[in-house]
Amino acid sequence: MIRFLLLFSRQGKLRLQKWFTAYTDREKKKVIRDMIMLVLARQPRSCNFIQWRDLKIVYKRYASLYFCAGLEASDNELLSLEVLHRYVELLDRYFGNVCELDIIFNFEKAYFILDEFLMGGEVLETSKTAVAASMQETDTLQETMEEYMSKPAY
Amino acid sequence: MPAPIRLRELIRTIRTARTQAEEREMIQKECAAIRSSFREEDNTYRCRNVAKLLYMHMLGYPAHFGQLECLKLIASQKFTDKRIGYLGAMLLLDERQDVHLLMTNCIKNDLNHSTQYVQGLALCTLGCMGSSEMCRDLAGEVEKLLKTSNSYLRKKAALCAVHVIRKVPELMEMFLPATKNLLSEKNHGVLHTSVVLLTEMCERSPDMLAHFRKLVPQLVRILKNLIMSGYSPEHDVSGISDPFLQVRILRLLRILGKSDDDSSEAMNDILAQVATNTETSKNVGNAILYETVLTIMDIKSESGLRVLAINILGRFLLNNDKNIRYVALTSLLKTVQTDHNAVQRHRSTIVDCLKDLDVSIKRRAMELSFALVNGNNIRGMMKELLYFLDSCDPEFKADCASGVFLAAEKYAPSKRWHIDTIMRVLTTAGSYVRDDSVPNLIQLITNSVEMHAYTVQRLYKALLDDISQQPLVQVASWCIGEYGDLLVSGQCEEEEPIQVTEDEVLDVLEGLLVSNLSTPVTRGYSLTAIMKLSTRFSSVNRIKKVVSIYGSSIDVELQQRAVEYNALFKKYDHMRPALLERMPIMEKTSSNGPTEIVQTNGETEPSIVEPKHPPPVTQPANQANDLLDLLGGNDVVPVIQTTMPSKPASAGGELLDLLGDLSLSGGPPPAPAPSVPTSQPSFLLDGLSSQPLFNDIAAAAIPPMIAYNKNGLKIDFTFERANPNPNIAVITIHASNSTDADMTEFVFQAAVPKTFQLQLLSPSSNVVPALNQGTVTQVIRVLNPQKQQLRMRIKLTYTLKGSPVQDLSEVNNFPPQSWQ
Repeated sequence: MIRFLLLFSRQGKLRLQKWFTAYTDREKKKVIRDMIMLVLARQPRSCNFIQWRDLKIVYKRYASLYFCAGLEASDNELLSLEVLHRYVELLDRYFGNVCELDIIFNFEKAYFILDEFLMGGEVLETSKTAVAASMQETDTLQETMEEYMSKPAY
Repeated sequence: MPAPIRLRELIRTIRTARTQAEEREMIQKECAAIRSSFREEDNTYRCRNVAKLLYMHMLGYPAHFGQLECLKLIASQKFTDKRIGYLGAMLLLDERQDVHLLMTNCIKNDLNHSTQYVQGLALCTLGCMGSSEMCRDLAGEVEKLLKTSNSYLRKKAALCAVHVIRKVPELMEMFLPATKNLLSEKNHGVLHTSVVLLTEMCERSPDMLAHFRKLVPQLVRILKNLIMSGYSPEHDVSGISDPFLQVRILRLLRILGKSDDDSSEAMNDILAQVATNTETSKNVGNAILYETVLTIMDIKSESGLRVLAINILGRFLLNNDKNIRYVALTSLLKTVQTDHNAVQRHRSTIVDCLKDLDVSIKRRAMELSFALVNGNNIRGMMKELLYFLDSCDPEFKADCASGVFLAAEKYAPSKRWHIDTIMRVLTTAGSYVRDDSVPNLIQLITNSVEMHAYTVQRLYKALLDDISQQPLVQVASWCIGEYGDLLVSGQCEEEEPIQVTEDEVLDVLEGLLVSNLSTPVTRGYSLTAIMKLSTRFSSVNRIKKVVSIYGSSIDVELQQRAVEYNALFKKYDHMRPALLERMPIMEKTSSNGPTEIVQTNGETEPSIVEPKHPPPVTQPANQANDLLDLLGGNDVVPVIQTTMPSKPASAGGELLDLLGDLSLSGGPPPAPAPSVPTSQPSFLLDGLSSQPLFNDIAAAAIPPMIAYNKNGLKIDFTFERANPNPNIAVITIHASNSTDADMTEFVFQAAVPKTFQLQLLSPSSNVVPALNQGTVTQVIRVLNPQKQQLRMRIKLTYTLKGSPVQDLSEVNNFPPQSWQ
C-alpha cells in the first residue's frame, strides 16, 4: 500500500498531504521535511526511486510540482509511477490543463478527486471516466444544496 | 459581525505576504476571527471557516481548535458541510486525537444514508484513518455494504474492509461470506478492490490462502480476457487494458501459487503469454512485465519459464530507462540466491552498472556485485570493485570496503593476492573501514607466515606516502613492530627488497607519535611497535630515549605504556627478549565462526619459509627431533614452527612448542592451531601467563592420572575440556618432587602422534621444590579432531644435586574420556 502521498513545489512548499497510516504530527513533519530534502536534492535525470528507511520513495516532477509517494517493500514501483500519472491526468481532466495554481486555490477539490481514486493506500477506481463522473455528480449535489440555501457555500 | 471572508480570498491575501512575519500576522488575525465565529456557533459559515483553517494547516500552522467544528460539520445535513467536515476529519482528526472516537456515531449514520455519495464519504473516511475501535464498531456495516449490488459502494466497502482487516486482523473471518462472488463482477473498480481484499486476506491467513486457491482458474480467465480484449477506452493506458488490475491479479497469483504445484501449473500458460506479448515500449508495459517476473520467480514455475524471466531481467538491465535498470537490479538481488548461475550470466552488465551516474543504481549494482562474487570470478570482480571503491561517493565507501574484505576472506586465490587487496583498500579508503577490521587484518597478516616480509615492506612504503588513514597506520605500525627485522634485512622474496635502515624505520614510527594526524590509539600502536623493535634492532639506546620521553606524556595511556616499557629496560631487561617475541599464530575468535577454511582454489601456495626471528635462549632444535624420532618414523608431527608464548625465563631451560602440522602442500586443510585466547595483538604482554589458562572452563569430570613416577619425580595429569572447541583437551601437569633436594632447571617436553596437534604453554616455574613442598604446573593443549586414542611420549630433564638427569617415558594410560 501507499503510506503517504505528498505534493510540493520546487521551493519546498507543501501543496497536498495525504496520509494512509497513522503518524504523529511530529512524525508527519519529519517525513515531509525528509521527503522535500531528498527529492529536491536529486539530479535532473536520475531514476525516480529512492530507498528511504524501509520504504521505497517514488517521485515524479510535473512542471513546478513534485508528486512523491512512499511505498511498502512489496509494492510495484513502476506501477506507482503510473498511479501518480493517472492522478495528474484526473486533475488535468477536472481542471482543464491543470497547473499549480489550480491546486493551490482549489486544494479541497484536489483532495476530493484523490479520494475517488485512492483509498487506504490502494487504487480504488481504475477508470478515468468513472472518477470524472463521480466528481461531476458530487459537485452537482453541492450546488443544489447551495441553491437551496441561496447562500454561497464557501 | 460581517461575513467571514471567502476561502479563495484568504488564499489570495496570504500569498501576497512578502515575508514570513507578514504571513504569520495575517494568519493570526484570521485565526482570531475564525475562533470568534466558532464561538458564536454560526452554522452558515462554519464550512467556510473550517476550509480556511485547513488551508492554514497545510501551511504549517496549528489548527486543533477546529477539530470539534469538523465533527459538527459531519453531523450537518448539508452535503457541502459533510464533505468539508470529513476532509477536515481526515486531516486533523487522526486516531491519536481524543475526539477521534466521537466520529463513530456520525459515520455509522452516514453509512446508512440514502445518498450513496454520503455513504461514500463515510466509507472513505473510515477506510483511510479509522482507528481499531472504530473499525470494530463499524465492521458490520461495512460487511453489509460489501454485499450490495451498487458497484460504487461495493468497491469502497471492499477497500474499507481491507483497512479494517489491517487494523483488526481477527475480524477477517467476518468478511469471508461476502467475498463469494466478488470476482464475477464486471465493474473494474469492484474487481480491482476485490482482488486487493483477497490479497490482503491470503497474506494474513494460511487458511484463507488454502480456501482461495480454488479461485486461480477464475483469475487466470479474467487476466486472459484483459490481455485478449480489444481496445477499451475506459481502462486503456497506452494500449494496455487496465494495467492496475493486471498487476494486482499477477500479485495475487504469486501468493496463491507459491509452494503449490497445482496452482503454479494452472498459471504457467498465462504467465508465459503475458511475458511474451506485453508491449515494452512504455513504462506501463514494463510494470506488468516486472510483476510477471516477480511472480514467475516466486511460484513453482517450470525451468523454461524461469529462464524466460531472468532473460527479461537481463533485457531490463540493458534498457535506457534508469527506472527499469534499477528495478532489474533490485529483482536480480532477490533471485541471486536461488538462481545464482542464471544471474551470473549477466554479471558483466551488472558490473557496468557500477559506473552509472545514478546513486540508486550504483548502490544496487554494488550489492548485487558482492552477491555474485565466487571463487571463479574473484580476480576480475575484485578489480572492478576496487576501481569502484576508488571512485565512489563517501556514502558507499564503508559498505564497499567491508564487502571487499568479506569477499577477499572467503575467496582469496592466494595469500599474496589477499594481502595486496587489503593493502589496496587500506590505501584508497583507509579512513572508511570499520573499526573491527584492524584486528582482523592483523590476524590475517600474522597467519600468512610466508608473506611477512612482503607485507611489512609494502606497509612501510604505504606509510611513507600517507599517514592520515588511521586503520592503515595502525596495521602498519603493528607489522613494523613485529617484523621490523625482516624489513631492514631486505629479505623480501615477492618483490624487490627495499633498502631501509633502522634509523629510517624509527624515524617513521616516531613521526607517527608526534603527528597531529594520529589518534591516541594510533600513538599507542606506534609506541608499542618502537618498543618491540628494541629486541629486533640494534639501536636500543635510541628506543630507550623515546620510551623515557613518553613516560611523562599527558596522554595517560601512552604514559602508562612508556613507564612500563621503561621498567622493562631498567629492572627486567633479562625478560625483555622473551616478552617482545614474535606473536604466535592466532586462532579466530568464535564470533567469526568455527574453523575457517581458506579455499586456495587450486593455486599453489608458496612454500613455507621458516620465520627468521632471533631464537630465544637456545635449545638445539635437534633435541626436538630426537624426541620425535623416538615415536617412530612416519608417525611423527614434523616441527615447522618454533614460536612459543613467552615465559619468565629465569635461567636456561627451554620449551619446545611442538605445534601441529602447518604444511599447506596438499592434505586436509589445516585447522588453525589453538592458541592463547586473546584478540588484542598489540598487547604483547598477554602471552605471559604463568597459570593454566583454562581453569574457569567447566571441567568435564575426567579423572586425573599419574603419568610418570620415578626417582622421586611424580607427574600427574588433570584434564579439562577447552571451550569453544570440544576437540581440544586441556591437560595440566603437576610435577612434584619427593626427594630431599630441589629439582632445578626442570623441563617437560611432550610429543604426540601425527593425527594430533599439541601445544605446550609456559610452566609455572623451573624448580620443583623438594619434599613435595610445591608443584610445577604446566598446561598442554591437545587437539584431537579424529578422536583417536591419545598417546604421548614425554621427556624430562632436570638437575638434581648438581647432576643432570634425563628421562624418557611413554604415557598410554589416558582415560577414555580425555580423547572421546
